[in-house]
Amino acid sequence: MTQALWIAKTGLDAQQTRMAVVSNNLANVNTTGFKQSRVVFEDLLYQTIRQPGGQTSQDTELPSGMNLGTGVRVVATEKLFSQGSILQTDNALDVAIKGRGFFQVLMPDGDPAYTRDGAFQRNSEGDLVTASGYVVQPSINIPDGAQTITIGGDGVVTVKLPGIPTPTQVGTLETVDFINPVGLQPIGENLFIETSSSGAPAQGTPGLNGLGSLASGALEGSNVNVVAELVNMIETQRAYEMNSKAISTSDQMMQYLNNNL
Amino acid sequence: MDEMVFLAMTGAKQTEYAQAINSNNLANISTTGFRADLHSFSSAPIDGPGIDSRINAVVDSYGTDFTEGAVSTTGRSLDIAVEGDGFIAVQGPDGEEAYTRAGDLRINGGGLLSTGAGHLVMGDRGPVAIPPNSSLLIGGDGTISLQPLGQGPETLAIVDRIKLVNPDRGQLQKGSDGLLRLPDGETADPDASVRILSGALEQSNVNIAKTLVNMIELSRQYEMQVNVIKTAEENADVASQMMRLGG
Repeated sequence: MTQALWIAKTGLDAQQTRMAVVSNNLANVNTTGFKQSRVVFEDLLYQTIRQPGGQTSQDTELPSGMNLGTGVRVVATEKLFSQGSILQTDNALDVAIKGRGFFQVLMPDGDPAYTRDGAFQRNSEGDLVTASGYVVQPSINIPDGAQTITIGGDGVVTVKLPGIPTPTQVGTLETVDFINPVGLQPIGENLFIETSSSGAPAQGTPGLNGLGSLASGALEGSNVNVVAELVNMIETQRAYEMNSKAISTSDQMMQYLNNNL
Repeated sequence: MDEMVFLAMTGAKQTEYAQAINSNNLANISTTGFRADLHSFSSAPIDGPGIDSRINAVVDSYGTDFTEGAVSTTGRSLDIAVEGDGFIAVQGPDGEEAYTRAGDLRINGGGLLSTGAGHLVMGDRGPVAIPPNSSLLIGGDGTISLQPLGQGPETLAIVDRIKLVNPDRGQLQKGSDGLLRLPDGETADPDASVRILSGALEQSNVNIAKTLVNMIELSRQYEMQVNVIKTAEENADVASQMMRLGG
């Protein structure tokens, strides 16, 4: 019916989505390796009711026309891949990436997924796995009876076995990088999967060719800026209220029309 | 009588349009770099035989409000805000050059710099391509310098310069995609005096108080038009009653 009603509705929808994104950021304020999202708003298609520059006669033209905007939409929610703070845990299997890069894990369906969450554990076979039990690629097996485990800045994993004086190298953690990490698709469980927008993964040694080196005994905290999110929340709430005001005004206009004619 | 009811009807309809423009501004209160649309009413007389009593009110979206929006800092190196006058040149969906103030840039899958809405950003020679890098800096004049992936900070390379323009604002028209364009497919020349601020975004320039007051005003204006329609109806009623008495 009236455009104003539907335009204000798009505003409510968009602010609702923004609120969901803000809430998700705040909910994940303590999630290891979490990257905050941000909504990107875009104005919707404009309808031309009167074309500016249209001829009003052979020699004259309309100086201004009428373009009606049709509202707003959320065009994207993009992840901001800034570095989260590094938290010292002193747990030998905790690894944080300082800079670019992702750990690669193998999903149960055989596809690779990528994560910044380096809170690794060992499974029953001694393989290095994520908290969800997905095996880290390339797989690293920590033999039984390993007394100490050391993960170097370049990803080399060494263990100290009983009876052997020198540490034994059991594997190397590799990280992958993407041209456009923002294009990765988050799938939950702190995991991302490759998309055509992210580009293909480029595997490498941590610390070389621009990949961040590893910090063992540490975890990367969430990069959510709590203060900024709270300010966002206030702004979202007020914008939502104003759009609902526009809806009630349009409603009153129609009500007046109905009651008086 | 019929003039009166149709004049009021046109007035009510045009007020609805103006309310739609106003609501669109309100809906875009959080859209980065959004420029508010302005509306005005103008009179459109209907010439013809008899007394020239019929003058319709017609709403015009007479342009775009180019006042600056508030700038908020984000700290993200790909967020830019234009300081003062000026626009960022992008490639519209039709392939033609268009202009925007939305500086929430990102790198797409093909390694090209695009805005948050997905429009490619223009450089000195067409769309800007960003090679893999470990750090990127956008200078005050739009120069993009970066440290190529895997190389030291001594290898800082300049890749391109974002095309910043400052055409006559009176000429700019908003297209159906919300981008601003010059008429007849003209393109603006780069302007070295346009400055940008990196790590910041310009908010929508919608003035909330003004928009809400406009909303109330338009709503009352609408009620007045409806009252005129109602009066016209009452007049018609009385007239038909008189005819009945006469008969």
